[in-house]
Amino acid sequence: MRNLLPVLTVVAALIVLWYGAAVWLNTPWAYDKAQRAGVELSTTELIKDTWSQKKPKLPAPHQVTREIWKTTVEKKITSKRSLIYHSWVTLSATLLGFALGTVLGIALAVGIVFNRTMDMSVMPWVITSQTIPILAIAPMIIVVLNAVGIQGLLPKAIISMYLSFFPVVVGMVKGLRSPDHMQLDQMRTWHASAAQTFWRLRLPSSMPYLFTSLKIAMAAAIVGAIVGELPTGAVAGLGARLLAGSYYGQTIQIWSALLVAAALAATLVAIIGLIQRIVLNRMGMAQ
Amino acid sequence: MSWLIAGALLWALGWYVNVRLASLPKSRLTSLLVPIIFGVTLIIIWESVVRGFEIQQVLLPAPSVIAARFATSTSILWQDWVQTVLKGMMSGYIIGCLAAFATALAVDRFAFLQRGLLPVGNFAAALPIIGMAPILVMWFGFDWQSKAAVVVVMIFFPILVNTVQGLAASDAMQRDLMRTYAAGYWKTLFKLRLPMALPLIFNGLKIATTLALIGAIVAEFFGSPIRGMGFRISTSVGQLALDLVWAEIVVAAITGSLFYGAVALLERKCTFWHPSQRS
Repeated sequence: MRNLLPVLTVVAALIVLWYGAAVWLNTPWAYDKAQRAGVELSTTELIKDTWSQKKPKLPAPHQVTREIWKTTVEKKITSKRSLIYHSWVTLSATLLGFALGTVLGIALAVGIVFNRTMDMSVMPWVITSQTIPILAIAPMIIVVLNAVGIQGLLPKAIISMYLSFFPVVVGMVKGLRSPDHMQLDQMRTWHASAAQTFWRLRLPSSMPYLFTSLKIAMAAAIVGAIVGELPTGAVAGLGARLLAGSYYGQTIQIWSALLVAAALAATLVAIIGLIQRIVLNRMGMAQ
Repeated sequence: MSWLIAGALLWALGWYVNVRLASLPKSRLTSLLVPIIFGVTLIIIWESVVRGFEIQQVLLPAPSVIAARFATSTSILWQDWVQTVLKGMMSGYIIGCLAAFATALAVDRFAFLQRGLLPVGNFAAALPIIGMAPILVMWFGFDWQSKAAVVVVMIFFPILVNTVQGLAASDAMQRDLMRTYAAGYWKTLFKLRLPMALPLIFNGLKIATTLALIGAIVAEFFGSPIRGMGFRISTSVGQLALDLVWAEIVVAAITGSLFYGAVALLERKCTFWHPSQRS
């Protein structure tokens, strides 16, 4: 709570900066219009104009807010122009990809921790896999899967999965190895089998690591879903809104899609944070 | 069918060799050899699956076809690499790092700003910033300037957050010691706080390497001159020339690995004293 005031100050400063930048970037077009209309602009008129253009270079915050309000609250959810509809499309791909990535990540981590060969051979490639800019080949994956007959949710989810499994693997390997020698020796003195050690010691002690990586994985999954929507020809989803906006110069639409995506990411990460709080509290591991 | 059997046999052989190697005492040779054998068997499986099931070239080209395409179109690949990596990515990376360092030093002088900016920066680092790409392409035009701008925006917050945290890494006792030496702000910064911050700064720099490459390539999807890796990938997918796409991916993967490796090597040279480097 003690951070509330500084954070609000920084956010307020950013918004002021945003308004200022809107004036600066939109001024040339405002002058252009005024010159063609043959009128002189006073400073107040100029500022007013820069904050209310139809296709501004940088829309002012209130324009974006109004657009978001118009496309979420005032539109029917089933409408193709409703941002809620597009958010849902992105959200479903994100969640599916996130779930797949988490399962794959945990499975790989368990394998890496329990099998020395896997540790030595797979781990370096897991790290290398992330240097491949998957986002850059997202269009190809979508097109190829489309040709095989896989359409809709799954191709986007696969891209999300590829992005989100990595943090989970790294975090879980670290977490499953976090019990120290003393605790492992204790398990051995109790004659615990490998499975028992896993369920009673390793898995519980990996939970803090798991939740930290789940947050990163969720943020990555959203990015994957949005970029996965770009090459489908701008059908549906927040990514499609971005692309359509950039084709037609609808900057207000781009910014509103961007802000909704940001809100979505923040909400999902916050939900994981909440689950983390509850789970760690019940396990008596809260810091 | 014979391709599939051969692939399965070779994979089993590779796995067997790896199991034997892994059971040996760990040395530099085995820890290098095992992943290499694993990678080679993966490529063999890919090749034999493509040949065995007779998968069409437009869906998934075999590694040998990709290699052949790579060899014949080196001039195109080089031209794209210069456009995307040297002009777009590297200029953006350098500008982004410098901007983030400067901001971090400024933020560091005010505790109030620090408390306010860190949560906002952490929040921004989790946002889908790549979505800014169409806007930046609109502002800065189609050439490499807009790609550099996307890279700057993408890497700014991870480096900023890590640097600010790193600058707070030295404890009060050490800073007091510097004060007893009558060291001023700049001297303390260069002799104590920057060296202490290096591990975290490098953490940010490493995260930024992959982000920078992705940013530079994806930004080209929203408009670019007729060269560049992102441009080539999106147009070649349209022409179903998937072997060229895969060749570009190989280039991107090698670039990404080398870039990451270079930063990691620099880290080892600069932070040799840190426990994580001494094991």
